[in-house]
Amino acid sequence: MTEPLVEIRNVSKRFTKRLDVAGKIARRLGANIREETVHAVDKVLLAIQPGEVVGLVGESGCGKSTLGRVVAGIHAASDGQMFYEGRDVATLRGADRRAATLAIQMIFQDPFASLNPRMRVEDIIGEAPRMHGIVSTAELSDYVDDVMQKVGLDPSLKRRYAHQFSGGQRQRIGIARALAVKPKFLVCDEAIAALDVSIQAQVINLFMDLREELGLTYLFISHDLSVVEHIADRVAIMYLGRIVESASTEEIFADPRHPYTQALLAEAPRLDQRRRDFTPIKGEIPSPLDPPPGCTFHPRCVRATEACRRIVPELKAGPDGRQTACLLEHGDAV
Amino acid sequence: MTAVLEVSGLKTHFFTRGGVVKAVDGVDFSVARGEIMGLVGESGSGKSITGFSILGLIDPPGRIVEGAIRFNGEDIAQASQQRLAGLRGNRISMIFQDPMMTLNPVLRIDTQMIEAILAHEKVDRRTAWERSRDALGLVGIPSPEERLRAYPHQLSGGMRQRVAIATAFLNKPDLVIADEPTTALDVTIQAQIIYEAQKLTKHTGTAMVWITHDLAVVAGLADRISVMYAGRIVEQGDTDDVIDHPLHPYTVGLLGSVPSANKRGARLYQIEGMTPNMLALPDGCAFGPRCGMRTAACAAQPDVEDVAERRLRCFNPQGLAEARP
Amino acid sequence: MTDMTSTSTPADMTAKVETPFQSFRSEFFESKIATVALGLLGVIILLAVLAPWITPQNPYDLGQVDVMDGRLAPGSEAFAGYTMWLGSDGAGRDLYSAILYGLRISLTVGVASGVIALLIGMTIGLVAAYAGGRIEAIIMRIVDLQLSFPASLVALMLVAALGKGVDKIILALVVAQWAYYARTVRATALVERNKEYVEAAQCLGLSRARIVFRHILPNCMAPLIVVGTVQTASAISLEATLSFLGVGLPQTEPSLGVLIANGFEYMLSGRYWISIFPGLALLLTVVSINLVGDQLRDVLNPRMKK
Repeated sequence: MTEPLVEIRNVSKRFTKRLDVAGKIARRLGANIREETVHAVDKVLLAIQPGEVVGLVGESGCGKSTLGRVVAGIHAASDGQMFYEGRDVATLRGADRRAATLAIQMIFQDPFASLNPRMRVEDIIGEAPRMHGIVSTAELSDYVDDVMQKVGLDPSLKRRYAHQFSGGQRQRIGIARALAVKPKFLVCDEAIAALDVSIQAQVINLFMDLREELGLTYLFISHDLSVVEHIADRVAIMYLGRIVESASTEEIFADPRHPYTQALLAEAPRLDQRRRDFTPIKGEIPSPLDPPPGCTFHPRCVRATEACRRIVPELKAGPDGRQTACLLEHGDAV
Repeated sequence: MTAVLEVSGLKTHFFTRGGVVKAVDGVDFSVARGEIMGLVGESGSGKSITGFSILGLIDPPGRIVEGAIRFNGEDIAQASQQRLAGLRGNRISMIFQDPMMTLNPVLRIDTQMIEAILAHEKVDRRTAWERSRDALGLVGIPSPEERLRAYPHQLSGGMRQRVAIATAFLNKPDLVIADEPTTALDVTIQAQIIYEAQKLTKHTGTAMVWITHDLAVVAGLADRISVMYAGRIVEQGDTDDVIDHPLHPYTVGLLGSVPSANKRGARLYQIEGMTPNMLALPDGCAFGPRCGMRTAACAAQPDVEDVAERRLRCFNPQGLAEARP
Repeated sequence: MTDMTSTSTPADMTAKVETPFQSFRSEFFESKIATVALGLLGVIILLAVLAPWITPQNPYDLGQVDVMDGRLAPGSEAFAGYTMWLGSDGAGRDLYSAILYGLRISLTVGVASGVIALLIGMTIGLVAAYAGGRIEAIIMRIVDLQLSFPASLVALMLVAALGKGVDKIILALVVAQWAYYARTVRATALVERNKEYVEAAQCLGLSRARIVFRHILPNCMAPLIVVGTVQTASAISLEATLSFLGVGLPQTEPSLGVLIANGFEYMLSGRYWISIFPGLALLLTVVSINLVGDQLRDVLNPRMKK
């Protein structure tokens, strides 16, 4: 196996709501308040090979966006290490650090909030390359035109503000902004979820074209299984901060192993399923503030055993090499 | 089947500073008892405004300029607010994307549900409470007695939407308008809500208009589908017909651009261009500029025609041969 | 990359799109009251600026003031021959001239203290929002402490200690008001800091200073402008209050507050004009600024947008 482009090892991200002075005093006086900690991401391992598209699927609150932001360098991990081209990002300094920062860019969900409303398109796209000296000031204008054309935007519109564009075009501006610093890796966080159906296809095609043309690697975060099935080589399924199953796209869609993956696949609406009679899985995603003991999925799992309530399953290969975090798969559920 | 709701020639326009937005511009459809009609469209297609028009919730600068909305035979398009208030929450209910649009954040669930019953019916509070409890049980809320004492903010998003649905069905309405009720919810929760909604319409015989942008959701839910584009219904027919043999190039494009309809890893079929600017609609067919089948005829506005069990607005329907004759 | 550029230049991008300023302008003038208030404010500012050229008398020039003209009723003729349309005060100053010159001082004090307080408060608020942690906690506790005292009390104590004079009253007003700006900027910046465009700027490796001043700050300006107008109006009335109480500006620099105070002793003897006309001028100024500020708040507040 070649060296992964990006690898995270045992990365956790906790958000702690600290008590203020009043809270601390109240606690001294015996009030029942405590610091609340959310384990948004809990000891996740993920290695992404150059040129690969990895789909990260999960429902809201599962930590997939937080994981994406840790990979993109927006959030610092609470624990664990992240490697870029085999080097621990935390140890990088100076030019190396900058190179690693610029190599990983993010495409956001909200085409409105992700663009600075006070800046012109040419500044949104051109600011970072100018600041980092990627192009000279003299060449900047042509460079911006070039990037805009690459994402299917008319360069003659570059003096406009973001709000003068439609949602799909704004998303292209966001993609152009990322491409302008010549990244190798894009983290797409629900990048098409806010777009109209007819525009989604255009942006997915753009991602696939860019992958081919620029040799980009993607972490494609989405709740939409059909999109991930279409674009990803490998899929990781997240539930309450942990990856519960990881496999090639073919394997996961043909033969899902984890009961949660099976439920997701069964319940995603599909065009070829009509007025069906089925019983969806019960219950809701538990609060990450107070996750259930053992396997966090056990309260909703129809196959849960006594062991599932006690033992936290690790993500590991079963007898046939498939990666799941399920005691039943590992034959440990006694 | 008798039509509970019959919308004909509905036009709702907004008179804004930038010009007249013809958000709904000649919409006809009807829904029968126990039937679910899926109203599908992208942003700006007028699908939500159609729903709001039926509910009488159009505020200035918008108003219904033309057309009839017959509810159980009575035209409510220009009905007084008093009459509409008497119908809403009683004979016509609504479910929104954000359940907090119908739930009051400072009142307990039981207060709100009991009031919803007492506002339209003379029963004692005990009966109203029991009916509220049963309604919550019916939408799959565990331990409904306990939930009745909760405030909306104490419930999760999916739970709140269930409460909103239970409230909508409390008085066994003849018609429910559901506007993107599952869009903000997760896949597993969405599946639960769709399941409950289906069960309820069967159980109560309520007619339902389910407004959404997601074809896959209505494919699994609706009896009939209306596809809207730029304020008009461009194609209307039985779900199986529309999904399996779409005729309008826009419907064809929408269905074709869904990833699962394409070969994995290949470029997706894509509709060119952008969703239309409602202030600068082209003359003739609004979909014309984005349409691959465009001919000279498309410079005129296509009328609604009955084609192959479908109501269609198109001069050049696609794949007529394969469709049901 | 075959047909990707075909999706660019869509038809309606060629249609005219309002710039943010254009839509702001037309929304602002939707309110008739705000339009009138803005017009009135414009006239007031114009009169104040042009005062030396359009008044018959320079009330600071003792050579032009004649004590013999004291307390004349509106419409009387001055010794120098011109008509005193608004009458004169106890020292013989033409009230029309005195009011315009007074407006100059009042507006200068209000705007200068507003701008300086805005700059100081904005910087402190931004530092608090961006630094976070202990620095933020300390700054915001100071702000809370300051805001728990009435601004007039803070200003009163300061002027009492510093003495009279335009510079000293501006200083007092800045100290009394910076905290409002600091609180506003911090609250707005905290909201902006969590938006995706700031995360994008972080991804792009831009410096902290650049993110704060080029990305976050411009997006905090709308509420700052609103607070700025309201605070300017309150600075003007605060200055008038202090001057009325005799601790603000000296008699040699008669702001509106000084004029009102001067005429106050004659109120009961029927010479109403000496206090009433400067009072009216103050009222119109403050009310028109506040009305403009209200409309700015409605237009700039994204939550009020239809």
